[in-house]
Amino acid sequence: MDDKKAKKTPISPRRRFFTDLAYTAGLGVMGGLLWAGYAEKAKSSPLTLRPPAALDEPDFLKTCIKCGLCSEACYNRPSNIDRDTGKPRPRTLKMAKAQDDVTIGTPFFIPREVPCYMCDDIPCVTACPTGALDVAKVTNPKTGELDYTMMDMGIAVVDDNSCIAFWGLQCDACYRACPLMDKALRLEYDKNERTGKHAFLKPVVDMHACTGCGLCEKACVTEKPAIFVLPREVALGKPGAHYVKGWDKKDQQRVKERVGKDVTTHDKRSAENPMDYLNKGVEY
Amino acid sequence: MKWHNVKYLVLRRTVQIGLLVLYFMGNWYGWKVLQGDLSTSMIFGKIPLSDPFAVLQIFATGAVVATNALIGALIIVLFYGIIGGRAFCSWVCPVNLVTDLAAWLRRKLLIDRIERKVWISRNIRYYMIVLALIVSALVGLAAFEVVSPITILNRGIVFGMGAGMGLIVAIFLFDLFVVKNGWCGHVCPLGGVHSIIGRYSLIRVRHNSDNCTLCMKCKTVCPEVEVLGMIGKRSEFVSRSECTNCGRCVDVCDDDALGFELRNFLETNTGGKE
Repeated sequence: MDDKKAKKTPISPRRRFFTDLAYTAGLGVMGGLLWAGYAEKAKSSPLTLRPPAALDEPDFLKTCIKCGLCSEACYNRPSNIDRDTGKPRPRTLKMAKAQDDVTIGTPFFIPREVPCYMCDDIPCVTACPTGALDVAKVTNPKTGELDYTMMDMGIAVVDDNSCIAFWGLQCDACYRACPLMDKALRLEYDKNERTGKHAFLKPVVDMHACTGCGLCEKACVTEKPAIFVLPREVALGKPGAHYVKGWDKKDQQRVKERVGKDVTTHDKRSAENPMDYLNKGVEY
Repeated sequence: MKWHNVKYLVLRRTVQIGLLVLYFMGNWYGWKVLQGDLSTSMIFGKIPLSDPFAVLQIFATGAVVATNALIGALIIVLFYGIIGGRAFCSWVCPVNLVTDLAAWLRRKLLIDRIERKVWISRNIRYYMIVLALIVSALVGLAAFEVVSPITILNRGIVFGMGAGMGLIVAIFLFDLFVVKNGWCGHVCPLGGVHSIIGRYSLIRVRHNSDNCTLCMKCKTVCPEVEVLGMIGKRSEFVSRSECTNCGRCVDVCDDDALGFELRNFLETNTGGKE
């Protein structure tokens, strides 16, 4: 009995404190890593189309509280009542479930299912309690009124291989569906050299006017839509500030107003004189 | 079964389910009474209510929220802080329905009597708060809000459930087989936040040890047993902040030794019988 007691030396309070501390810290770090790993994965859904006037995706994800008030405003708006049945139609803005490839609980829409109808009173944006949908982004600075043409959910992209209008068939479904017809989506007439006597009516998207509402995608007659909406960050390139359109007054103004920032390229080669490095040949 | 034995239970379930019905109708039929979900709601389209913990996580990510959500969080903090205590957990939260079912089944299936050596601290929830804020800041996403079974269940009922149901089942099984009152009483950081908010609230359960017959029914049903440490020993208010004001102890007591009262801060808990 005495022997047993002797083996079981008590832990000093000091030792216990440090062991407890290490224990807590270790479990905390483990849990934190798992959690952060999941959260990091959960927030990456680059192909998601957000409601109108949503902040840029990283800020939107920070600010959205996942309350669903935008989705409810979208569903319950008076204009959503089907005149034939008297019941509301399916909603544009859905709340992401666990199985959707979208951060859980955040609002998004799939234009091929239900596009955004660009309500002029924009009920979803005014319903947002946190500012994740920012009223200022759809408010005309001159009149101070809501302006649905300022919406910016994404941009329509035409796949001219599968668009039958590019084959020479007559189809202007997307063009007629566009709420900003002739501004966001216009038809470009072209001669059909193959037949020699027909015209192409090719849909062309204007990147400044298109809001990404997706009515074109919904209207597209091909099996899988040949015109579809993508987030602007995904679909658009970026030439960089140092390309200047010499023929464009606005772009010229941009250069004049530019302050201070050095845009010269700095790398290993730029340190040398061009005469030197151009004569050196290229190493691959 | 007598009415006084189920009074608060029935009231509580009525409030819990009633709120879910209002949320559901708010979404699907445009009722204005209560819209949104437990993260942020609108009462009659005018008064905002916001989950203070969700707002705190948003702050941790470095974002700023608009005034509506701020006012909403303030209203919630004031209401539970002054009046309700931790009542959110037992009177509002839908996960309480799930975990209470698990706890009830544990008693009925006698799982409580089988000794299992799974022990976790009841303070994990407080560490979880800190961890949630740290992860939110690191990742740039309100961290608890993407894993919270509370909003997943609540949103599921209001907007449609989906695969999130798996998490709810997991919590149910955890409470049933792993740790008694495991989620609500040990892990949930929102419960921790509401414990902190409601620490000095006015509505409290008070024990009168003169009437107590030491039957210990209250301790059997209490989801946060350690708050009932004074049973049969001292007449005093349940002062520990983990009490959810669920009133089950009041319900099951046949000796009129427990009841809700307005807290008297002047009454000192000196120990010993009056």
